[in-house]
Amino acid sequence: MSFTAPVLSYSLLSPMLILLGGALIGVLVEAFVSKALRPAVQLTLTLGTLLLAVMQLWRIRGQQSLTAAVGTIVFDGPAFLLQASILIIAIISVFLIADTEHFAALPAALPGSEEERQAVQSGNQITEVYPLTLFAVAGMVMFPVANDLITLFVALEMLSLPLYLMAGLSRRRRLASQEAALKYFLLGAFSSAFFLFGAAYLYGYSASITFAGIREAIVGGGGNDVLLLIGIAFLSIGLLFKVGAVPFHSWSPDVYQGAPTPVTAFMAAATKIAAFGAMLRIYYTVFANAQWSWTPVLSGIAIVTMLLGSLVAIAQRDVKRMLAYSSIAHAGFLLSGVIALNKAGLDATIFYLFAYGVATVGAFAVVTLVRDSAGEVTDLNRWKGLGKRSPFAATSFALFLLAFAGIPLTSGFIGKFSIFSAAYESGAKGVVIAGVLSSAIAAFFYIRVIVLMFFTDATEDGTSVEIPSILTQASVVIAAVVTVALGVYPAPLLDFITNLAIFIR
Amino acid sequence: MKWLTLLMLLPLAGAAVIAVLPKGNEKAAKQSALVTTLVVMTATIAMAVGFQRDNVDLQFVEKYSWIPSFGINYALGVDAIALVLILMSTILAPVVVLAGWNEAHGGRWSVKTFYILILVLETMMIGVFAATDVFLFYVIFEAMLIPVYFLIGGYGSGERSAAAVKFLIYSLVGGLLMLASIIALYVMSGAQGGHTFDINKLSQLQMSSMTQNLLFLGFFIAFAIKAPVWPFHTWLPDAAQSATPGTSVLLLGVLDKVGTFGMIRYCLTLFPEASKTFTPVILILAVISIVYGAFLAISAKDIKRLIAYTSISHFGFITMGIFAMTSQGQSGAILYMFNHGFSTAALFLVAGWMISRRGSSTIADFGGLQRVAPVLAWTFFLAGLSSLALPGLSSFVSEFLVLVGTFTRYPVHAIIATFGIVLAALYILIPVQKALHGPTTPGNENLKDLNLREKLAIAPVIAIIVVLGFYPSPLLKVINPAATHVISQMGFTDPAPTNGGK
Repeated sequence: MSFTAPVLSYSLLSPMLILLGGALIGVLVEAFVSKALRPAVQLTLTLGTLLLAVMQLWRIRGQQSLTAAVGTIVFDGPAFLLQASILIIAIISVFLIADTEHFAALPAALPGSEEERQAVQSGNQITEVYPLTLFAVAGMVMFPVANDLITLFVALEMLSLPLYLMAGLSRRRRLASQEAALKYFLLGAFSSAFFLFGAAYLYGYSASITFAGIREAIVGGGGNDVLLLIGIAFLSIGLLFKVGAVPFHSWSPDVYQGAPTPVTAFMAAATKIAAFGAMLRIYYTVFANAQWSWTPVLSGIAIVTMLLGSLVAIAQRDVKRMLAYSSIAHAGFLLSGVIALNKAGLDATIFYLFAYGVATVGAFAVVTLVRDSAGEVTDLNRWKGLGKRSPFAATSFALFLLAFAGIPLTSGFIGKFSIFSAAYESGAKGVVIAGVLSSAIAAFFYIRVIVLMFFTDATEDGTSVEIPSILTQASVVIAAVVTVALGVYPAPLLDFITNLAIFIR
Repeated sequence: MKWLTLLMLLPLAGAAVIAVLPKGNEKAAKQSALVTTLVVMTATIAMAVGFQRDNVDLQFVEKYSWIPSFGINYALGVDAIALVLILMSTILAPVVVLAGWNEAHGGRWSVKTFYILILVLETMMIGVFAATDVFLFYVIFEAMLIPVYFLIGGYGSGERSAAAVKFLIYSLVGGLLMLASIIALYVMSGAQGGHTFDINKLSQLQMSSMTQNLLFLGFFIAFAIKAPVWPFHTWLPDAAQSATPGTSVLLLGVLDKVGTFGMIRYCLTLFPEASKTFTPVILILAVISIVYGAFLAISAKDIKRLIAYTSISHFGFITMGIFAMTSQGQSGAILYMFNHGFSTAALFLVAGWMISRRGSSTIADFGGLQRVAPVLAWTFFLAGLSSLALPGLSSFVSEFLVLVGTFTRYPVHAIIATFGIVLAALYILIPVQKALHGPTTPGNENLKDLNLREKLAIAPVIAIIVVLGFYPSPLLKVINPAATHVISQMGFTDPAPTNGGK
């Protein structure tokens, strides 16, 4: 009996392998390095791993062999772009995570217990968050390149489990943080179950778990359409949950609010890229020929998501909740790029994901700066007059809000224009009109925050602004520069995306 | 020579200089702003000299690829209409800086920031008229809201932040409607020979009349909010009341013109059929604006609101002239845009000085100003006369042309609009009587008259109003070919006079 070793194509897997290796070393560091050295070692290790992964990714971008690990992974232009976006977002998010002030000294201790007090007094710093981040990033970069349903599910769990834990690590308001983590975990588990259920039906329909096999079955027709429809529906629920689309959005405001802000930043930006990346691949390649069955539903979801996200955001008094609802609205805008189902839609969605991700990290970075003696202040009323006390924080936050609102000369405008024109081109005029309408509604609450910061006088119990650490400052500055640069001169990136973004089926 | 880019870069350079000035050096900031705006004005005049007035094509054309994957270009060029408006904007800028020498002091932020915002705004004012790529136009159209928003909210008075927000929300909603239309144009251009935003190519698109009507509305509503035409006008009085006088001049004198300019450049050129379809409705809106604005002005108690209301009436005239579809109406509307800039500037600046001296903007508080500060009172009177279009002052020529141009095609509208002139006499002469004449109101005895700086600032404005009142033909010679060109492009010829004309 002869045995042929499976062809793994290690070079295509190398970014993921680097990330997982870095994460495992991080676990060892937790075990063997002294407490005092850990923060510095972990930060260096994490940033080093991410940079190495980016460099390796850049080296393999033009590789000829396209599938790896016996066809379970596919590496094409969109895969490169999405992985690169996730890694870049991860790097600037780690700058924020580096400020350990945000994390509980001893997450295992009961909130308010003697044990916790001792941990705080001893100056304990939590560093497990670094390897958790790397594990999550590894799952995220795997998510959009998965080429069969099992790999997709493994990636989904790999990115979700560390995030559930990270959401519960907040130093302040620990009960809210733990509640957020539990809520995220339970609802996430539900959605995973839906996902698997859908995967089972798709297997029943096509007798295959590979994307290519399912696509062939759909193209060939002849299968049982009921199985296909149930499969598409439940798989979509699993994915829509991750991007926070209505009606699967209810976790996101609580989790955004409860999680430590650096984790919120990372989660909001990077998870969206990973999940939309996977959605793009599945809808653009696997389900493309069953377009008739999912575009109407997805269009409806997109419209409801945009409108509800923008409307509910108006009523929010907490900056993190407001950003959560704004991210729901943006999930709706991004869905219109998925619905477009054309090359322009693919390019636009990838551009939008990157631009939005960077601005999101920047916005949350500013949130981490606004504090009083008891920690971060997220009550919008206490942001009054921020422009006077900290022009840096207020101006950059205003810039990110303008980008979210899609004002010209920011990246958000180019993103919105390209994604809406792609949707319009595909004939989804209703989605575009709803998009324009909800942009107008959304503009209202973004501007309200700008008014609070600049045109309202500070109240007595005003907040102080932390002098930003160099890393936090760096992430704000990087995000601001990218946001403006992509608004003023987006041509290089747009061309780069247009040339690369072609799915290999 | 790349004139238009140069004009746009100069104010930015000035803003950069101000930004690096040492903190607290307010005088230097003001002086740099004044020098910059004067240089821009001189450069604009130098450019205008080289304009070929019989050539109806775009001149001083520049074009660079900006976002090639969407077919977007950085494309500039001016026809006579744009040239006249750029000229108006760049002449008003130094006037505003000089006249409002001290108006930045009551602001939330530094004097430096104020002048940086003004200069950035000047760049965008030039760009918005010079853009010949629809995308570029939209970008500037929207981006210029931001400096104005901060100018009103940061340096205004009274309910300034509420007014700033109202202004921004109204404009953004209009802008987004226009964005939807622009996306539709872009997609259609892609289906008909390649994605483009070139205004000339877009005007040749084939589209069904239903599509054309919808897209027209997207553009028109955005411009009607900007202009503003009744019933989209409610943001203007609040904004004008709260803004500093200088900002109000730029807001009403220049920014609102983007609305009427857009009607000519975009609505008429891109959607000629839809423009004809909607003409009856728009003319009615214009007539309502004229009469309703005038009535609001008559009942106004606040001097800044009064001026804002008169502008609503005037924008009604401009809109009527544009949609009368005759070359006289068109020339009159374009000339009106230019003249309105200066007559409003005169009114607002003088009113601003009156308010800062008296500490109140209520008209009734200014009794007997004539005796205390004669020069101030005379300037206000003259500005008012220009606003009511007294023969011999510049607005008369344009208002007359608009009415004549409208009468040949829509006599009823023209006759109703003529009542606007009568009402104008009321809304100007009543405040003049209340504020300038009669016994001196207690507290007004020591109001100072205009100082040399203020006289220097207002003199060129008054000079333009008077000179163009008696001798408008240099400007008309530039405007007329462009106006005739617009009308003939639309497929209209002027109706023959029914009587006489032998």
